[in-house]
Amino acid sequence: MSAIRASESSLLASSQQEELEDLPKDYPLSTSEDEGDSDGERKHQKLLEAISSLDGKNRRKLAERSEASLKVSEFNVSSKGSGEKLVLSDLLEPVKTVSSLATVKKQLNRVKSKKTVELPLHREEIERIHRQVAFNKTSQVLSKWDPIVLKNRQAEQLVFPLNKQQSAFAPIEHVLSGWKARTPLEQEIFNLLHKNRQPVTDPLLTPVEKASLKAMSLEEAKMRRAELQRARALQSYYEARARREKKIKSKKYHKVLKKGKAKQALKDFEKLRKVNPAAALEELEKLEKARMMERMSLKHQNSGKWAKSKAIMAKYDLEARQAMQEQLARNKELTQKIQLASESEEEEGGTEEDCDPLVSDVVNEVQVKANRPNPWMFRNHSSDTKEAETQEDPEELAGSMAHEASESEEEEGPVAEEEILLKEFEERRSLRQKSGLNQIAEPVGRPETKDSSSQAILSELRVLSQKLKKENRQSRKQEVSSVKTVLAVQREKPAQEEEEPLLLQRLERAQTLDKLEELSKEGCFQNKELPRAAAEGQCLERNPDNHLGAPKEKKKKEQMIDLQNLLNTKSPSVKSLAVPTTIEELEDEEERAQRQMIKEAFAGDDVIRDFLKEKREAVEASKPKDVDLTLPGWGEWGGVGLKPSAKKRRRFLIKAPEGPPRKDKNLPNVIINEKRNIHAAAHQVQALPYPFTHHQQFERTIQTPIGSTWNTQRAFQKLTTPKIVTKPGHIIKPIKAEDVGYRASSRSDLSVVQRNPKRLSIRHKKQLKKNSID
Amino acid sequence: MKVKMLSRNPDNYVRETKLDLQRVPRNYDPTLHPFEVPREYVRALNATKLERVFAKPFLASLDGHRDGVNCLAKHPKSLATVLSGACDGEVRIWNLTKRKCIRTIQAHEGFVRGICTRFCGTSFFTVGDDKTVKQWKMDGPGYGEEDEPLHTILGKTVYTGIDHHWKEPVFATCGQQVDIWDEQRTNPICSMTWGFDSISSVKFNPIETFLLGSCASDRNIVLYDMRQATPLEKVILDMRTNTICWNPMEAFIFTAANEDYNLYTFDMRALDTPVMVHMDHVSAVLDVDYSPTGKEFVSASFDKSIRIFPVDKSRSREVYHTKRMQHVICVKWTSDSKYIMCGSDEMNIRLWKANASEKLGVLTSREKAATDYNQKLKEKFQHHPHIKRISRHRHLPKSIYSQIQEQRIMKEARRRKELNRIKHSKPGSVQIVSEKKKHIVAVVK
Repeated sequence: MSAIRASESSLLASSQQEELEDLPKDYPLSTSEDEGDSDGERKHQKLLEAISSLDGKNRRKLAERSEASLKVSEFNVSSKGSGEKLVLSDLLEPVKTVSSLATVKKQLNRVKSKKTVELPLHREEIERIHRQVAFNKTSQVLSKWDPIVLKNRQAEQLVFPLNKQQSAFAPIEHVLSGWKARTPLEQEIFNLLHKNRQPVTDPLLTPVEKASLKAMSLEEAKMRRAELQRARALQSYYEARARREKKIKSKKYHKVLKKGKAKQALKDFEKLRKVNPAAALEELEKLEKARMMERMSLKHQNSGKWAKSKAIMAKYDLEARQAMQEQLARNKELTQKIQLASESEEEEGGTEEDCDPLVSDVVNEVQVKANRPNPWMFRNHSSDTKEAETQEDPEELAGSMAHEASESEEEEGPVAEEEILLKEFEERRSLRQKSGLNQIAEPVGRPETKDSSSQAILSELRVLSQKLKKENRQSRKQEVSSVKTVLAVQREKPAQEEEEPLLLQRLERAQTLDKLEELSKEGCFQNKELPRAAAEGQCLERNPDNHLGAPKEKKKKEQMIDLQNLLNTKSPSVKSLAVPTTIEELEDEEERAQRQMIKEAFAGDDVIRDFLKEKREAVEASKPKDVDLTLPGWGEWGGVGLKPSAKKRRRFLIKAPEGPPRKDKNLPNVIINEKRNIHAAAHQVQALPYPFTHHQQFERTIQTPIGSTWNTQRAFQKLTTPKIVTKPGHIIKPIKAEDVGYRASSRSDLSVVQRNPKRLSIRHKKQLKKNSID
Repeated sequence: MKVKMLSRNPDNYVRETKLDLQRVPRNYDPTLHPFEVPREYVRALNATKLERVFAKPFLASLDGHRDGVNCLAKHPKSLATVLSGACDGEVRIWNLTKRKCIRTIQAHEGFVRGICTRFCGTSFFTVGDDKTVKQWKMDGPGYGEEDEPLHTILGKTVYTGIDHHWKEPVFATCGQQVDIWDEQRTNPICSMTWGFDSISSVKFNPIETFLLGSCASDRNIVLYDMRQATPLEKVILDMRTNTICWNPMEAFIFTAANEDYNLYTFDMRALDTPVMVHMDHVSAVLDVDYSPTGKEFVSASFDKSIRIFPVDKSRSREVYHTKRMQHVICVKWTSDSKYIMCGSDEMNIRLWKANASEKLGVLTSREKAATDYNQKLKEKFQHHPHIKRISRHRHLPKSIYSQIQEQRIMKEARRRKELNRIKHSKPGSVQIVSEKKKHIVAVVK
């Protein structure tokens, strides 16, 4: 910094100098102004001097002056013309007195007020300053590389070349644009693809799919995806359910199922008739065909093998009789000509005069149902037995057991519940038959009561039942709209009397009344929605069932596990803890034989004794020896058979001090050699190597294995990554500012050099001059 | 009855193709794999031994020059191309893959003092004892054309070295002063001096490209800034520096090859103390070149050997020599950091592997994994005496060996004397100068 300051001061000095140079230019101007005045004064002075020279002293002085003094001397300033001496005080005199020199004074003052100017620096000095400034600047520029250099030095791995060339990802369309099918096979495939409007190139989408993709916004897409997911989930539920049902072997159940299906089909048909008469007609035709087939066949005619056998038993067995009757009824049913619903309605309306035409079909249905034995009764029985079975056999595996139990219970839930409903309904029907007064209210009340009961028993079925009810209502409500509101109120009254949950339903109902139009529109979609709703219901069902079944199952499970655990854990514990004799007892004959053989083979080896002996020897060898300094024959008689006396021996025996206790003193089956092994020492590191600060650090690094024998593949790869990776055949360029995220200098070095013409020209000249000298 | 069968997924056990390796299920239970340290130690020992067994660094000798090879240059775009200039003024271009000379030019009368390629690789420059700078096309002349330089600049004095800017059409020559030339002009756009001496080499900084370093015969190294057209700093060493080389990954680091058998790595911001003094050569170091990774450099010496030094170590990790190789004048590390070339007095250019025991060619993934593992093992156990001994063992020609012994004795004697002097003088009166500081005479600002 001092250098910079120095250079600055030198520059300042030079500027001041320039100012000084300017000053003299002004000065003469001002003096010329006063010239006339000073001339007059000088003459006056001369006159005065001439007068005073009349005095003797002066004259002599005057005479002393030679002619030569007139000439210009370099030591004296002489005034022109005469030989008078010019005194400095004379020159300064007028400055003080004359006021017209104020400007000069002012200028002089200004100059005085400024500091004295330093001498311009020596050229070498200036150059040095320049160098220092440049060096500092360059050092600063370079110090931006410090973090990068440090990072690269410490890097775990450096991959060269540093600037990775990003592989350009060209869409396959671009790649394939120039490609044409040449071989006949290719052409054929292409033709096929084009015919089916299949996409040839990468985004494997048909035009339709593309359009849909474009059309869909993100939210739409999300919704759609969610929908699809739901559908998939539902499908899987259904599949699971179907599989479960398929597994059920009970004939009765299947029979009931079939009936249920038939009923459902009938219902559907009714609906279809209203919505789409043409389709209904077709259905009808199908049914007609089925009827024809039935009539043609001998099925359900009580002519089969089974029927004959039953017929024998029918006399004594009530059930058999019933079964036969059932079959006949079925035949009748099937062969009966199906009439259009409207006709049946009319007919039934005729039979039951006071029955409301609106509710008639429902009632009719119920009656049909009632004619047949209630299938759910059988179902209940079977499930009961099944449950009993499951409870009876605890030998089954815990897992499968739990699974099955949950399954069975799941099924039971709705089944039992529905059965109760049906019972209720039957009771009601009988009541109604007795007194036809409630007939109007009842069918409407039926779903409600059903619901209430369902909520009382199991809330989870509510969704399902609601759906069912909705359907019923929907079929009716188109007509209901025309019916007076009074009727609705009447209907609702009994509902209000019942339990609380009905309130909720009622609310819903009011809503549905309002949204009748919408509902009617939705009607056509409801078929689609139904499976989902059902599945949801199922889904809901599952959880509480599980909760209910959980503790019981758990208990069972625990029991099972305990048993197994006992067995499992016992055997290894026996193996590990028991004494060898017990093992032998447990072992098979073969193993015993083998052992015997081994024993015989190594009969002579007593390993334990050998080891003990070896250890004793090692201990002996490691003990410090006593030094016996007795000299036989010294002070005594010596010779063959003569021993030095005990006294002497005792006297000259130097007892070795007891060494430190052996490390293996308390370890019975180990020999620890405490001697330094020279052979091992040759492989040992003597001093702590450089980067480590503590021997433990070093030992730890040595003790962590890096091989794939001790590490997983991933860890092995990570541990053995080389520090520097170079790609073969790739040129590694020097690091660039752009590579590491720095801004590269925008100006080129060349342009900077060329923009510096002044300095260059000086140097140039110098160089040229030098060259010319050479 | 349900029969329970042991079933396995064949995908886990059966190979998809015959070429696949058999799947070997592993149990990583440490109790099953005891003695990890001794086993790894043995593996490391074997790896070290094998490394020495396979250490065959010499690849090829390119002969054809009729005088000593004085300078070498790498092609900036092609790994296979190398240029060399000889003491009889002949320039040859070599193809390394074919190991053949593909072009010969009689470029100068007298020595070819320096050679450098343009950053784009289309042309190259040579300077010679005949006071000329010549620019040549990289491609040979067409049929019937004469092999003539693109441009020739006639100078007043001899040029002793040349280097090209890394990005721009600018080159620098050195002789009595450092000249910066625009390729388009016949006069230098800038010339920089600091005192009067003959400058032996000039080098552009590859990262901060406006910086230059030069070394002169009056034992100094001078740094220049091209933009400000001024020298920056000068360091005077004990003996003459023959050449310098900048680190291509660390902008402020350069290494100087000195006559006093040592190499000095400097941080250019603090020239008063070298970062590292590299000593192993037993004669003047004539040339130095960095590996493109910036982690190592190779030096050529008058003692007929080349050595590879890690940047942060004062001792060399490798020494290459052959019976027939004489004083090595120039050396270059190829741009893929795999090979080393050296040109020597006896007219040959030799090609060496940078890693003596490295297997050339494409490695399979298993081979690669094995070499990586071995490398790591060697690194892990490098301090163990046996491994250290084996990995450090090199055969040396008798001349070098005896010289090393001699110098060791001399050094020991000097050290002893110094110790004695300290012992017998007033405490504090004799200053102990560190090895790094010992060789620096002065830093001139």
